[in-house]
Amino acid sequence: MDLDTLARNPGPWLDGSGPRADLVVSTRVRLARNLSGVPFSHRARDEQLVGVLGAVERAAKDSVSFAGGGLLRMHELTPIERQFLVERHLVSHELSDGARPRGLYIGPSERLSVMVNEEDHVRLQALCSGFQLAEAWAVAEHADEELEAALEYAFTDELGYLTACPTNVGTGMRASVLIHLPALVLTKQIDKVLKSVMQVGLAVRGFYGEGSDVMGNLFQLSNQTTLGHSEQESIESLDRVTRQILDYEERARDVMLRDARTQIEDKVWRAYGSLRYGRNMSSQEVINLCSAIRLGVALGFAGLPPLAVVNELLVFTQPAHLQRGAGRALEAPERNLLRAELVRARLERAISETGDGGRG
Amino acid sequence: MQCQSCHKNPAQLHFTNVQDNRMTEVHLCRACAEERGLVGVPATPKFSIADLLATMVDKMSTTEEERVGPVQCPSCGMHYSAFKDTGRLGCADCYVAFQSKLRPLLRRIHGSTRHVGKLPLHAEAAPSPARALSHLYDDLQRAVEREDFESAAEIRDRIKGLEKQQGAATGPAEA
Repeated sequence: MDLDTLARNPGPWLDGSGPRADLVVSTRVRLARNLSGVPFSHRARDEQLVGVLGAVERAAKDSVSFAGGGLLRMHELTPIERQFLVERHLVSHELSDGARPRGLYIGPSERLSVMVNEEDHVRLQALCSGFQLAEAWAVAEHADEELEAALEYAFTDELGYLTACPTNVGTGMRASVLIHLPALVLTKQIDKVLKSVMQVGLAVRGFYGEGSDVMGNLFQLSNQTTLGHSEQESIESLDRVTRQILDYEERARDVMLRDARTQIEDKVWRAYGSLRYGRNMSSQEVINLCSAIRLGVALGFAGLPPLAVVNELLVFTQPAHLQRGAGRALEAPERNLLRAELVRARLERAISETGDGGRG
Repeated sequence: MQCQSCHKNPAQLHFTNVQDNRMTEVHLCRACAEERGLVGVPATPKFSIADLLATMVDKMSTTEEERVGPVQCPSCGMHYSAFKDTGRLGCADCYVAFQSKLRPLLRRIHGSTRHVGKLPLHAEAAPSPARALSHLYDDLQRAVEREDFESAAEIRDRIKGLEKQQGAATGPAEA
């Protein structure tokens, strides 16, 4: 697995094929682990971190889960390449700082990877398309067991897996879903829903852009606690609450369709028009327009591009993806032109591939 | 309004971060927002749990530290005050060194101070008596809570038996 392969393929977790992919973009399970006897990453010396990188690389090489994968060393990558991995959700901002011996071991596909020497020595992550908590957990757990056969982790009976930050201690697990809630935002019910989510002990992150528009109407829901509940319990509770929110969102969509079908259709098709014919587009604009298209696809409007294309646009139009494609650094105004061009080309290709995507 | 990060440019982007039942607003210029990864990467915004934690720790009184002087981890040399600043511990042994301070913090964050869930393969092979004991203590508390005193007495006897066994096997209990 190298950067060129990644750049050519949008990644299986983005293919829009998972269950409820119209509402849930992706599911992620992350496990935090540290090697016994080595200080946590920020207190370890460089040579200790090099040792951790080597140990994790050997363990992953010997495993079945990571067969065919490989290690990318952060300090050997350019800043644009590192940002590329961040945009791909494979690497955190902390890991993307190339100053210390850090790495990313990618499995046979982007579904499974390990960040090495991030806040914790090992951050194993499984990413799945759509709403697949059980599947993501199974992938992560299996890989965890394989690595554990070769690595000795810091663990105590009382506190479980020991992590640099006490917010992760115990299971070290963070399970999350990235969900799309445009109808709850449009009908102004979102605050109420999010408040109730937080009351049941889950964390929500929503992002507001300019004005009061939520960026892309995307929200990330995750378990808040890691101590005192088993992985299974945390996943089940996240699953339960997510289903409930999806249910609210669907009801809000029904109401919108009943009371304001014309306005919704207008919003969706105007968004499509902008993407299809625009000449100058910021990253945020693409994200928001894609949100409208995603809503249209979910509502069954005929003639829109498939979800896989919408997901691809979200990822491939980000700054580092554009710059890597161009082979050089680009300033924001230049990127905005290139972005619009890329979007137009991709949508044209979608039309020729499916015979759809512009004949609403 | 000025950017809260560089304090130079006008704030163009306004973020509301919802975390832990609290809403915080951040106002940034585009450059600072991009730097923090808040623009263009909606799914993986950079949010610093360490910052959040640091504020939680600060809220807890530090009278004990003031009384006994700085507490330091014998293994990695980390001071408790450094943990308060960064929200990150230095090594696995910090959990032991700062135990008395971490316990209330863990309870605040997680509502619990005991791990439930997966064990490493090598730990599963030999479940420790300490673990069994701590489970029994939990059962005892639950039995008392539901006023099931018959079970409570039974569990108490099992704890006594186990503690006696353990004492005989390992000598005085660990500190």
